[in-house]
Amino acid sequence: MTCMSETRPVVEGFFDDDGLIGGECTTCGRRHFPCAGNCPWCGQSTVSTARLSAEGRLWSWTAVHTAPPGYDGPVPFGFGVVELPADGLQVVTLLTESDPQRLIVGQAMRFTTTAVGDATTSWAFAPGEAP
Amino acid sequence: MSTGVEIVGTGMHPFGRHGDVSATTMGAVAVRRALDEAGPETTFEAAFCGTAYGGVAAGHRVLGELGLTGGPIVDVEAGCASGAAALSLAAAAIRGGQYESVLVFGIEKMPKGIIRSSFFDPWREQAGLAATPAYFALRAQRLMVDSGITSAQLAAVVVKNRRNGVPNEDAMFRNEVSVEEVLASKVVCEPLHLFMLCSPNEGAAAVVLRAGRGGVQVRAAELRSHLPGHVLNEGSPLCGLVDGAPAPPTTRAALAAYAAAGIEPDDLDVVECQDTDAARELLAYEELGLCGPGEAGRLLDDGTTAMGGRVPVNPSGGLLSKGEPLGASAIGQVVELTRQLQGRCGPRQVEGARVGLAQTVGRGANASVVIVSR
Repeated sequence: MTCMSETRPVVEGFFDDDGLIGGECTTCGRRHFPCAGNCPWCGQSTVSTARLSAEGRLWSWTAVHTAPPGYDGPVPFGFGVVELPADGLQVVTLLTESDPQRLIVGQAMRFTTTAVGDATTSWAFAPGEAP
Repeated sequence: MSTGVEIVGTGMHPFGRHGDVSATTMGAVAVRRALDEAGPETTFEAAFCGTAYGGVAAGHRVLGELGLTGGPIVDVEAGCASGAAALSLAAAAIRGGQYESVLVFGIEKMPKGIIRSSFFDPWREQAGLAATPAYFALRAQRLMVDSGITSAQLAAVVVKNRRNGVPNEDAMFRNEVSVEEVLASKVVCEPLHLFMLCSPNEGAAAVVLRAGRGGVQVRAAELRSHLPGHVLNEGSPLCGLVDGAPAPPTTRAALAAYAAAGIEPDDLDVVECQDTDAARELLAYEELGLCGPGEAGRLLDDGTTAMGGRVPVNPSGGLLSKGEPLGASAIGQVVELTRQLQGRCGPRQVEGARVGLAQTVGRGANASVVIVSR
C-alpha cells in the first residue's frame, strides 16, 4: 500500500489508507459513495460519513488500453465495479490488475490504493481476500 | 382526439469528418434539404435544435444562415438523446394544438477519439474514472456473463452493421469488415476492440413535422432518465445498490412508447438503435423487448436482425457505420426510418416496412424511443 503522507489523494475525503469513506442516510438506512450532502437514493439531507467495507466481489471489469482524456497514468489499467455486500453497494473503482486472465466476475477483491501519477494516489481494489 | 403528427420532409448532412465546415453550415444544409423535400411553400412556426456541444443559440445560428429566424428557436440538450428530445417537444406541441408545423434538427461537430465531457469532474479524468468506453466495456462484460455473449458475436454485430452501411451515402464508413478484422483491431477497453466502437464525428439531420394524419406518422416519442440505484448510470454518485436493479431507461421509454403507439414489439418491421458499441446493440434487443432476457445472441445468430430477417436492426449501418454526431444522431435515425417507410432506401430497403422504432441512450442515462408508422 502506498504511504499516503508522501503522496496526494486524487480527491480529498473519499478514502484513506484503510478504506473508502462513504455516506449513510439515517432516513432510508442506505449507504452511498462518495459521501454526499443529500442521500442519492432518497434525497434527504440526513447523511453522516460511514467507513465502507474493505472486502468485496468483482461485479464487472475492463482493462483500459487507450489513455482517456485528462489521465496521464499507465495503460493498460484495470477498471471495474466491485460489490460490497456488507454495505449493499456496488462501487466504481480502479483495479490493480489489468490481465484479463486474472479477472473473473464474482471473485474476491480487497481495498487498496494505487498511484495514478507521480505524486497522486487513488482508491483501488485488488484480487484476493483482505489480510 | 388529438391530431396526428406527420413527417413531411427529411434532410441530412452526411455524418463524417468535414474539415473546416462548421456545425452551423452542416445544419443549414440538412434544414434546407428537409424544407425542400416538404415542398416549396413550406413554413414552420417553431424550431427545436438538438445539440450537446453546439454552444449558445446554436439552432438560432443555423436558421440565421438561412434567413429563417423570427419564430421561437429552442436548443435541446439530453446527451445522446438530444435530437429525440427535440423531436418529442415538437411532436407534443403539435399534438397539443400549439403549432401546425415545426422544424426539428440536430447538429454536432465533435473532436476525434474518446469524448471529453463537462459531465465529469477534472479529478475523475485524472483518476482514469472518466473513460466513456470503459463504462461501455463494463456493460459489455456483464452482458457476456448474463447473456452468454461471445467476442465473436460482438464482432458479428459490427460485420452486420458495416455491411448495411456500404450503400448509405450519409455514412462515414462504407466498407465491409470481417469478424477477423474486427477482432484484430486494437483493444480499447476489454472486451471492446476499436472497430466495435462508434466514432464521435460531425453531421446534421432535420425533419419537418406537420399536423395531419397522412404519410409517415410520429406515433410516439418518449424519453426516460435513469432511476437511482444502478451503478452504470454514469452519474454521481460513484456507486449503485446491490439490490437496486431498476428497469433501465431504454426499457421504460420503450414501454411508454409502445403504449402510446398502441403496438407491441412484434409489430415492428425495422429498428434503428444506439450501437455506440457492439454490445450496446445486443443489450437494446433485450431492453426493447425484441427478445427475452438472455436471448440477444440467438436473435443475432439466427438472422432475425439482419437485412431480410424478421426485424432488421440498423439498416442504415447504425452508428458503427455512420459515426455519432451526438445532437444529430437521433434525428438521423428518424430520417432513415421515414425513408424506409416511404420505400426510398434502394439497396438497403427493408421491404414492406410499415412500423419502425428508433432508440438512443447516453450520458446521464437519458434514453429515447421514437415509433413511426405509415
